[in-house]
Amino acid sequence: MTFDINGKTFAKTPRAGQCLRTFLRDLGHFGVKKGCDAGDCGACTVLLDGEPVHSCLIPAFRAEGHAVTTIEGFAPDGGTHPLQQAFLDAQGFQCGFCTAGMILTCASLNQAQRQDLGVSLKGNICRCTGYRSIEDALDGKRNIEDADAGTAFGRSLPAPAGPLVVRGAAPYTFDTKIDGLLHVKLLRSPHPHAKIVSIDKSAALAVSGVHAVLTHEDAPKLLFSTARHEKDWMDPEDTRVLDDVVRFIGQKVAAVVAETEAAAEEGCRRLQVDYELLPAVFDPAEAIAPGAPALHGDKTVERRITNPARNLVAETHGEYGDVAKGLAEAAVTYEGTFTTQRVQHAALETHGGLAWIDANGILNVRSSTQVPFLTRRGLSQIFDLPPERIRVFCERVGGGFGGKQEMFVEDILALAALKTGRPVKLEFTREEQFIATSTRHPMRVKVKAGADNDGKLTALQLDVLSNTGAYGNHAGPVMFHAVAESVSVYNCPNKRVDGVVAYTNTLPAGAFRGYGLPQGLFAVEAAIDELAKQLSINPFEFRRRNVVKPGDPMLSPPPSQYHDVLYGSYGLDQCLDLVERAMSAETPRHGLAPEWLVGDGMALTMIDTVPPAGHLSDSKIALREDGGFDLTVGTAEFGNGTSTVHRQIAASALATTVDRIVLKQSDTAHGGHDTGAYGSAGIFVAGRATQHAAENLAAAIKALAAEMTEGDAGSCVLDNETVVCGKRRLSFAELAKAAKARGGVLEASGSADGTPRSVSFNVQGFRVAVNKATGEVRILKSVQAADAGRVANPMQCRGQIEGGVAQALGAALYEELVIDDGGRVINPRFRDYHLPSYADVPRTEVFFAETSDAVGPMGAKSMSESPYNPVAAALGNAIANATGIRFTSVPFKPDRLFPALHEKYGETKT
Amino acid sequence: MDLNTITEVAHPKSRAQLPVWTAGDAWLAGGTWLFSEPQAHLRRLIDLTELKWPALTIGDDNFTIAATCTVAQLDGFACPPDWIASPLINQCCRSFLASFKIWKTATVGGNICMSLPAGPMISLTSALDGIATIWQADGGERTIPVMDFITGNQQNLLRPGDLLRQIDIPLASLRRRSAFRQISLTPVGRSATLLIGSIDSDSGFALTVTAATIRPIRLAFASIPEQEELRETILQRIPDNLYHTDIHGKPIWRKHMTLRLAEEIRAELKAQP
Repeated sequence: MTFDINGKTFAKTPRAGQCLRTFLRDLGHFGVKKGCDAGDCGACTVLLDGEPVHSCLIPAFRAEGHAVTTIEGFAPDGGTHPLQQAFLDAQGFQCGFCTAGMILTCASLNQAQRQDLGVSLKGNICRCTGYRSIEDALDGKRNIEDADAGTAFGRSLPAPAGPLVVRGAAPYTFDTKIDGLLHVKLLRSPHPHAKIVSIDKSAALAVSGVHAVLTHEDAPKLLFSTARHEKDWMDPEDTRVLDDVVRFIGQKVAAVVAETEAAAEEGCRRLQVDYELLPAVFDPAEAIAPGAPALHGDKTVERRITNPARNLVAETHGEYGDVAKGLAEAAVTYEGTFTTQRVQHAALETHGGLAWIDANGILNVRSSTQVPFLTRRGLSQIFDLPPERIRVFCERVGGGFGGKQEMFVEDILALAALKTGRPVKLEFTREEQFIATSTRHPMRVKVKAGADNDGKLTALQLDVLSNTGAYGNHAGPVMFHAVAESVSVYNCPNKRVDGVVAYTNTLPAGAFRGYGLPQGLFAVEAAIDELAKQLSINPFEFRRRNVVKPGDPMLSPPPSQYHDVLYGSYGLDQCLDLVERAMSAETPRHGLAPEWLVGDGMALTMIDTVPPAGHLSDSKIALREDGGFDLTVGTAEFGNGTSTVHRQIAASALATTVDRIVLKQSDTAHGGHDTGAYGSAGIFVAGRATQHAAENLAAAIKALAAEMTEGDAGSCVLDNETVVCGKRRLSFAELAKAAKARGGVLEASGSADGTPRSVSFNVQGFRVAVNKATGEVRILKSVQAADAGRVANPMQCRGQIEGGVAQALGAALYEELVIDDGGRVINPRFRDYHLPSYADVPRTEVFFAETSDAVGPMGAKSMSESPYNPVAAALGNAIANATGIRFTSVPFKPDRLFPALHEKYGETKT
Repeated sequence: MDLNTITEVAHPKSRAQLPVWTAGDAWLAGGTWLFSEPQAHLRRLIDLTELKWPALTIGDDNFTIAATCTVAQLDGFACPPDWIASPLINQCCRSFLASFKIWKTATVGGNICMSLPAGPMISLTSALDGIATIWQADGGERTIPVMDFITGNQQNLLRPGDLLRQIDIPLASLRRRSAFRQISLTPVGRSATLLIGSIDSDSGFALTVTAATIRPIRLAFASIPEQEELRETILQRIPDNLYHTDIHGKPIWRKHMTLRLAEEIRAELKAQP
C-alpha cells in the first residue's frame, strides 16, 4: 500500500487493526500525539483530504488514496503557517501536548464554527491553559513583548520552545525512534486484595516475540515509596517494583517484554496467575476501625507507617489554647463536614518512558517525570547501582500537575532493561493512567469555628480523614499540608487539628497541585463565610479582621519543627481589595430567567513558597565564544514556563537578551542536583540558583574585564552584552576569546537550598447563577488576585492562574473518578471523566498585588499550585450565597445540587 | 487505538460477498467506537465501506438513511422545505458528546447499534418513527421500529451476524411540527435527558423520551394534553427503574428533567399556531 503524507509518498502496509495515529508515528511523524487513544481529546488530530479527524480512530488502511496532513506538513517547506504564528503571538499553549491537534482543528473551522467555539472545540482538550490564550490566538491577539538587553525579568516574553511546539517538533518523552526497541506491557490485578500464589509464565513465553516475563520473583526485595521527595523519610516504604501481594485493582502483577506491543499484550493475556483472595476494605473510616483487614500488616513502624495493623499511615494531633472554651465563648459558631472526591491530573501525556543501557554500561532512563534526579536516587537504591551508573532525564513533559512527582514506570523500565539488555519502552494507556497511577487524596474534613461579636475568630478546629488508597505515597505530607496554611493564615487564639490518613484497597492517591490545601480550604473557607454571614459582616471584611499580617505568627497546631517561613513580602491585603473591587461591578443577568438564583462568593489561600525540609537546586552558566551563554538547570519543563523565566533571570543578571541564552535542563548527566519541579519550586528555588550562577558569572566577567583593562572590577558594569570598565567597552565575545586565550572558559555555578521560605497569596471571587429547577451552575464572573511578588513574566503567570482556575473548576463542577463497591474504577476514560473543555471555562479576570519578595529571585514568588486552591471553596460560598443552601461535597454537579434545591424550592414553573 | 488482535480485514463489495459470520468478527462502519476501546476478543473486521450504500435517499414514502451514512452527511443534507421537522437533525447531531470531527467518521447505524441511552441518532430516528431494516446472517431480512429495536442500555435485538442495513423515516414524520429539549450535566456534554415532541396531521401529540431512560419511550396522545395529564402520564408510564443511572446523571434528576422538559415541549407546541 502507498500513502500520501504531507505530500510525500510512503510505501508501507499497516497492520490489519492498526490505527492511523500509530502508523503516522511509525513513519516518524511525532507531532501526532496520543492523549487518550480513544477519540476524546483531539491531540492526534490530522487532516484527511483537508478535513480534521482523530487519527486514533481511523483504521490506517482507510487513509490509502487520501492526502494526510500532519502538523509537520501543515506549513509548506517547514515554514510557519499564519495560525501557528498566531499561537506563538498569543502563546496559546503551556505544555504544548495538545497544540498540534488544536491548531489543525482550528485551521479547519468555518466562520460559523469560529463563532461557536464551545461546540467546535469540544473535541480538543487542553489541560493547561484554561483556553483564554487559545481564544486569543484565534482572535489574533499578541500577548508577547520584546525586551532589551538586561530588561527581560518582569516582561511577557514567549516560551523558548514555542516555535518547535507549534510545528509539532518539540520532542516529548516518546518522540524518538530507537532501533531494537522492546515493548513492555503490564498484567494488572483484577482483585482489590490478594496474595499471588503462583504465576505460570510458560504460555506467555511461548508467544512469538516475547523476550521476558518479569514477576515479583525477578524484582528486588527493597521496599520504597513511589513518591519522590528530597527527604526519603517523608513517605512510607511500602512498595516493591513487583510485589507478591496486590492491594488494589490495577496494581501491576507482571511485566511482559516483547518485540511488539501486540506480542506483549498477548503475553499478558496468557499469563496464568493463581491468587489467594484476601479481605478488602474500601472506606477509610472502616479501614481504621478495629478488625479491618490490614493492607500492610506485614510491615512495621520501621517502614514509617504509623500503625500498620490499623491501616494508619500517618496522623497529627495538636491544640493551641482551648478550642472548647473558644467555642463556648463565641457569639456565633459553625460546624460542618465537608468531603472532596477523587480527581486526577489528566496530564495529556501519559506516564511512561524508555530505558536502555549504553555502550558505557550506563542505565539511561528517559521518562515523563517532574523529578529526574530523585528518580535516579530511587533507582540507585532499588537496583543497588551507584548513581553515576544511572542517567535519568526528561524531554519536554506533556503536563504534570504533581502526578509525575512519582516513580510509576522508571522502576519497571529499569528492571526490564537490566534483565533483557535491550532498549525498552513502556507507555501507559489512558485507562492505565486512570486505574493505576494516582489521584488527589479524597478527604472528609470536619470543621468547627467560632467568632465573637467583633468578628474575631475565637476557635478553629479541623478533623481530617484522608484516604491514600493502597500505598502511602505522599500520604503524610499531603495531610499535613491540608491542615497547615489553611489554618495558619488566620489569627485565632484557640486552634485544634486532628488528622489521620488511612490505607484502603483502592487506587493510590498522590501529589496533586495544591497538595492537600484545596481539600482543607474547602471546609475552612466555608466555615469562615458562615460565621461572617451569621454576624452580618461582609466576607472580605471578616477575613481582613482575622488574617495574619506581617509580624503575626503563622500557626497551625501541633508546633512545627520548621521555623524558616517568613513574610518575604505580603500582598494578601491588596488581593482582598482587588477582588472586592472587581466583584463590586454589576454583572448583567444576560436574560437569565427568574429561576436562576444569583450570588457571590470568595475564598483566600496562603501557601509557603517551598515545601519544607529542603529543596535543592544547582545551576551552571558558561559564556560561549559567540558572546552568548549556555545555562544548565536541573528543573523540568512541563508547561509551567520555568524555561522562559530561567532565561529571563540570567539575561537580566548578565545584561543580555534571552535569545542569547541556550537552556539545557532536567538531565542528571549534566551534573549537579535538583530536587525537582514540584512544590512550585521551579522559579523560587531553581530560579534562585540560576540567579546566583548568573551573578557569579557576572562577577567573573567583570573581574576578567578589569584585568584586561587594568581597571577595578568594582567599577565595571555590564551593559548591553558588553562590560564597561571606565572608558573601555569589551563585548562578551571578546571576553570569551580572552578567557580562551588564557586557557579557560568563563563559567559559574549557583545553588539554592529552598530556605528560608516566604508566603504567596491568592483570593478568588465568583458570581454564579444557579438554576433552582435544574441544578445547573453558570459562572457569571470569575476574578482572581495573586500575590506572586515581583511577577517574572506577567503573561505566563496569568496563564498559570487561569489554568489553575480552570483545572480547579473541573474538580469543583464535573470531575470525579468513581470507585465502585468492589474497588474498581468505573470511569477510566475521558468521555466518562469530564475534563473542562472550551465551553466549560469562564474567563477569569486576573490581578496582581504589587509586592517584591525579599527571599525569592529578583523579588518573585511561586505561583503554580496556589491559583487552584481557593476555587472550590469560593464556588461553594457563591452557591451558598445564591441558594441559601450550604453544599458540602464536590463536585457541584446539577444532579447533586438538585435534591436540596428541589426540597427548598419545589417544582418550579417553567 | 491499535486493535492488535485483528489479523484480517474483509472488504465485501456486495451482500453476496459478506463472509460467513464467525465468533471474533465485527462489522466496521465508521469505527469510531470500535477503535476507541480495547477489543481483545476480535480477530476480523468486516469493512462495510465498499458496499457503497447510498447514504441518503428520498423515496416516495420514506427518507432512507443507510446505516453507513455518516453523521456529517446526515447533518449536511439539504432537506426539502416541507420537512419542518428537519431542525431535529442538527439538534440531535449537536447532542453528540463527540465533536464535529467525529461526525465525519461516525455513522448513524453505528450509533443506533451501540444502543447507548444517550445515542442521539436513536433519539432522532425513534422520534421520527424510523424503521430499521436488518440483514440476517441466513440471507433473510426483517424490519423493526427503532423504538422497539433498542431494548436497554447497550442492548438491542441484533443477533450474531445481523447487520443493520438502513433506517427508513416516513416522509410524513418529517412534515410534523416538532420541539426538542436536551440537558446534560455539562454545557456541551453527553445527554442526560433528550426529549422530542411532535404534532401529526391529525393533531396527535407524541413525546419521545430518550437518554433519561434505558430505552426510548414513546408517549402518544390524541391531542396536546393539559399540563397535569402529561405529567401524570409520564409518572405512570415511566417507572423509576427505567430511568438510566450512570456517571452522566442520577435517575431522580433525569426523571425530574424529563418532567420539566416535557412540559416545556408541550407549552412550545401548544403555543404555536
